[in-house]
Amino acid sequence: MSGAEIFVRSLEAEGVEVVFGHPGGAVIKIYDEMARLKPRFEHVLVRHEQGGTHAAEGYAKATGKVGTVLVTSGPGATNTVTGIADAFMDSVPIVVFTGQVPTALIGGDAFQETDIIGVTRSITKHSFQVRRAADLAPTIKAAYHIARTGRPGPVVVDLPKDILMEEAVFEYPETVTLRGYRVPEEPLPEKIEQAARMIRQAKRPLLYVGGGTINGNAAELLTALARKARIPVTTTLHGLGAFPENDPLSLGMLGMHGTWYANMAVQHCDLIIAVGARFDDRVTGKLDAWAPHAKVVHLEIDPSCVSKNVYADCAVVGDVRRALERLLPLVEPKDTAAWLAQIDAWKARCPLTYRQDGKLRPQYVIRRLSERAGDNAVVTTDVGQHQMWTAQFFTFVRPRSHITSGGLGTMGFGFPAALGAAMGLRGTGATVVSINGDGGFLMNAQELRVAAKYRLPIKIAVMNNGYLGMVRQWQELFHEERYSHTDLTDTNPDFVKLAEAFGCVGLRATTPEEADAVIEAAWQVHDRPVLMEFVVPKEEMVFPMVPAGAATDDMIVQRFRDE
Amino acid sequence: MSATELNLTQQQVLRKKANGETVLPDAPETPRRHVIAVLLENHVGALNRVVNLFSARNFNLESVTVGVTEDPAVSRLTIVTSGTRRQIKQVLRLLDRLLDTLSVEDLDPDALVERELCLLRIGYTKANRAELMDIADIFRARVVDVTPETMTFEVTGPAAKVNAFVGMMRPHGIVEMARSGRVAMRRALAYGD
Repeated sequence: MSGAEIFVRSLEAEGVEVVFGHPGGAVIKIYDEMARLKPRFEHVLVRHEQGGTHAAEGYAKATGKVGTVLVTSGPGATNTVTGIADAFMDSVPIVVFTGQVPTALIGGDAFQETDIIGVTRSITKHSFQVRRAADLAPTIKAAYHIARTGRPGPVVVDLPKDILMEEAVFEYPETVTLRGYRVPEEPLPEKIEQAARMIRQAKRPLLYVGGGTINGNAAELLTALARKARIPVTTTLHGLGAFPENDPLSLGMLGMHGTWYANMAVQHCDLIIAVGARFDDRVTGKLDAWAPHAKVVHLEIDPSCVSKNVYADCAVVGDVRRALERLLPLVEPKDTAAWLAQIDAWKARCPLTYRQDGKLRPQYVIRRLSERAGDNAVVTTDVGQHQMWTAQFFTFVRPRSHITSGGLGTMGFGFPAALGAAMGLRGTGATVVSINGDGGFLMNAQELRVAAKYRLPIKIAVMNNGYLGMVRQWQELFHEERYSHTDLTDTNPDFVKLAEAFGCVGLRATTPEEADAVIEAAWQVHDRPVLMEFVVPKEEMVFPMVPAGAATDDMIVQRFRDE
Repeated sequence: MSATELNLTQQQVLRKKANGETVLPDAPETPRRHVIAVLLENHVGALNRVVNLFSARNFNLESVTVGVTEDPAVSRLTIVTSGTRRQIKQVLRLLDRLLDTLSVEDLDPDALVERELCLLRIGYTKANRAELMDIADIFRARVVDVTPETMTFEVTGPAAKVNAFVGMMRPHGIVEMARSGRVAMRRALAYGD
């Protein structure tokens, strides 16, 4: 059979459900075979390859499966680069199939030729260029294996046009042999014992939980550990949902825009138990001054993340789930009453707040969305102020209920990620909510029609403050209020009309009362996306805040200014 | 001045030390040269991935040599880099994380065999010809090419010897120089450690 048919059959054999793709000359043979073979997977025609890549990420993060992207050579391939970089930073398992010019023409500056392997070398977990049709099936099998296992990440598979035409025998391999690839093994028993001992000895322990806990399907065990040993939990942006935020032990998010009490707990604790987290600069701020009294236990799958930023007194390297399984029976209930009382006092002294002055505050909208969506919501956000407000004011109680671009901070991520999540969660009863700013939403708004085509009832919130709000905030705080090129009012569209033009429902709210009504109306729509535009004040800022590079102790807790 | 006088907690001192930073009265850790041996899948682009890692992750790369091994599917890299203990540790972990690397080894400077080859073209006259030949003799360098104006020497040895030879020849006017970069192997300790 042809290479293109082998490709289609391989995806079927791999159990792929959805492919986010866009055709072009180099992959036309694959599209031809899809028309002929009517494969078991669904192909979603996205309207921009970047949207497709983010959709695959959203699909992967919502379902825990590997996302799949198929694009043509040249511009098709380069348009996926941002999504690949995003997936690399956030450890999202996706496989991106890129078309390529025929092998005989490679290197000759042929039409729509790009050395995509070279372009993506430093932002992929691994990449392949297939040189023979017979190698297609084993390469595809290996690509999914690499993307899914260990610390997950993006894999690029480049497909020269001639190998899609070439004939070969199809046989999908059962196993993968990659002698240079070592999936992290069982954590060392002596390290587990050392970690248990350190937890036993600690007076003021704190769990610092990152996205690796969710990727490693270890959220339940983590929750069990925290409750058994009575250790308070703070999560990173990607760790949101790994521990139920309605539990009294939850401190919400830590770091630059984390809660004051989570950061206080960091600064006063005597033991940090980091689980699947990488001590990002948005978490630690000035490293020297971070957690000055704490010893560090680090449960981590990627050895290159251990002692990279913060020295780990005890590094438990290996699968996080296995590590927690081993650790749990060794940990006894602890008397942390005094420590928890101290934390409660901090919580009471400086809770998350916002102004309630009759104006439509974005934090109010997020609280209302959180209440309306309930426990079965899956939230995607874009990047900026709304992203931080969502992290602060939305209550996340389940793993995989919060999807965002954390490491790369990609504007334009949020809505296509919601499209991918909604495709993956069809029939599960989950409500997909996409929270955006007016700046980032426009960067991939073209995918609205795709969501409408599949009748996906995504609830889209656009927090319209007419500004690139986070940059505006930094300009106000650190650049003497010179608002250089952050005003969007004269380039923003009419979001309601935009939604209608794409076959979605468009609604607008300018007061808290209207917001309540709009949210209620949106939840009555079941057959298409609803875009809710919330017109919010431009001066609103995200607090608390640790300025970039500052010590966590120098947190700005709150600052109101007259409007 | 002690660490407590600097208002550092014990944890902060530990972390600074782990980072190779100065904590009085300790001296700061100076970057040291390391020779790393890597066995690599002989795949298209594998070498690229290794070299790319150094620039992408902001590590110093002094030289890389690559060649085949006894197994045609495997190539061997000798990388010379410099950094603090912590930086080198991170380089090793990141190299190990690449799928194409089969083994990564930081060679112990006290137990390695290393060689570098250097071709050196020197301008000569009747006046200095004998001296050049004397120096070459001391370093066991050979003349591999000669014209009425220039002689090209080949010298092989540990990098320090090559450096010394180049240093001796420099005053005579180097016309052209090519160095291979180091190749190295761990010593096979036949009589135990």
